[in-house]
Amino acid sequence: MTSMTPMLEAHGVGKRFGAVVAAADISISIASGERVSLIGSNGAGKTTFVNMITGYLKPDEGRIVLDGRDITPLHPRAITRLGVARSFQIPQLYGDLTVLDNMLVANACHDQALSFWQPARRRSALDRADALLERFRLAEHRARRVAELPGGVRKLLDIAMALTAAPKLLLLDEPTSGVSAEEKFPMMETIMSALGHEAMTVVFVEHDMDIVERYASRVVAFYSGRIIADGAPNEALASDDVRRYVTGELVPE
Amino acid sequence: MAAILASLPAQLPRKPPAAAITTHRRTVLAGLVVLVLLAVAGFFAPKWLTFLVTMAAANGLVSLGIVGLMRGGVVPFGQGMVFAIGGYTAALLFNKLGFTDALGLPLAGGLAAVLIAAPFAPLLSRYRGIFFAMLTLALSMVTYGLLMKLEVLGGSDGFNLGRPTLFGNKLPDARVGYILYLVTLFVATVIGLLARVYFDSTRGLVTLAVRENELRVEYLGGSVRQAMAINFVLAAFCGGLGGALVVMSLGHIEPNFSFWTTSGEFVFVAILAGWQSVAAVFVASTVLEVVRSFSSAYFPNTWQLALGLFLLFVIRFLPRGIGSLWMKGDAR
Repeated sequence: MTSMTPMLEAHGVGKRFGAVVAAADISISIASGERVSLIGSNGAGKTTFVNMITGYLKPDEGRIVLDGRDITPLHPRAITRLGVARSFQIPQLYGDLTVLDNMLVANACHDQALSFWQPARRRSALDRADALLERFRLAEHRARRVAELPGGVRKLLDIAMALTAAPKLLLLDEPTSGVSAEEKFPMMETIMSALGHEAMTVVFVEHDMDIVERYASRVVAFYSGRIIADGAPNEALASDDVRRYVTGELVPE
Repeated sequence: MAAILASLPAQLPRKPPAAAITTHRRTVLAGLVVLVLLAVAGFFAPKWLTFLVTMAAANGLVSLGIVGLMRGGVVPFGQGMVFAIGGYTAALLFNKLGFTDALGLPLAGGLAAVLIAAPFAPLLSRYRGIFFAMLTLALSMVTYGLLMKLEVLGGSDGFNLGRPTLFGNKLPDARVGYILYLVTLFVATVIGLLARVYFDSTRGLVTLAVRENELRVEYLGGSVRQAMAINFVLAAFCGGLGGALVVMSLGHIEPNFSFWTTSGEFVFVAILAGWQSVAAVFVASTVLEVVRSFSSAYFPNTWQLALGLFLLFVIRFLPRGIGSLWMKGDAR
């Protein structure tokens, strides 16, 4: 069951890059606990929207509200501290460090009172990191350097690091991109079962409609920076606009 | 070097949930053991050798500050500024205020360097790469220019200072070099141990993360600029300490402390050492002093050639510095 309290609201959000309209009049309300998939072709505005939520890009117009608080003017760090975490299409990791150290970095950054003498490898931090690695089935890679890891494992680590802060809103940017077709479902299964412990709102950008259908409770489709469909997966994916502009089917005008 | 074992915990095999306090205790114990060994060895060593090690330890502190910044991905080319500030502060306190304590002067030098460097920290924390390096170089050269012109500070000749005291006691003629050697080793050990604790702390780990991926640090809730600013201020403290310790042993201060070639030597040592090991900084600093001393004696005016060849060798075969010899596989 999801509560009806909006976790995230966008009110008339717009963003331009010169003559290119990346987002136009995006208005949306996402309830706490929802699992929303953002779909659309490349350049449709999905990642731009995610980047605006996280503060990496500032909207030219409109407001973004997180759990009742206007976060539009805040920078990424402040928004992170309010409970928003994200993963990246290309995992943003520390390749020279081990998997465990990557988790400890996440833990250290989340720790409000960064200490000069508190060891990064203290017991509580290690326990927390190990628990998450276990949930993401990454424990066997614990001591390996991230630069040596395959893409799928990096994706999982990227998400595990985001979860260290126990966010209220988790944004996943194409969690299965770059992963082979046969690995996509097992990977998404791992992610969702790991998230299953958390009562958090999840928004994920995805191109694979089978993944969307199975794991999203709601689908929001983008085209040319605008929302063209918003609803339950079976309804949204069946809409003419989505079939025409997202899945590329030949639909008569 | 007294701080040689400061990096030991990171060399030990990784254990399940580390008992951090025990590890720190072991680090402190190891540092103290090396300090005692060096103190005993220094008692029997010739004066030239204790002086060489004193210079290496004091200069190593400045390079240790640079290593702290290198761990965050930036290299300052102007650490001569804080080195000079520390030295001039100690010398002025000695000559003008009669404050002569051999432990108090380095502390005052470090604090003065922090006071002068701290206002620049927010600005410098915004820059990376060559811009950071050039800005710090610019600051040191402005300092150099001022020191050259200010007659009250001795102008281009600088000025001398007398022999420090220790806890109110005059240092005996025969043992002054050895006592300053002990003081320098003590300060280097304490700072070396603190540096190890800092490098292994949550802030220390975040600094390493900044070097690799600033964007992700911000998205994880860490402050990149704060990390860089703090490291700059800590480096200033180390630089000021080193400057004051050198001045006490040399008995002389001059604007060249802030000249860019002096800063270059500190960077040289930091690169030679690498960013993983605290002990390596002091080893590298000793190597520099040894090469400088022997090359100057046997190959006058060509010691930079020997130094350059040595650096080329290290960059080619130990790109992570001397410290990577005993910190293999540990990126931290």
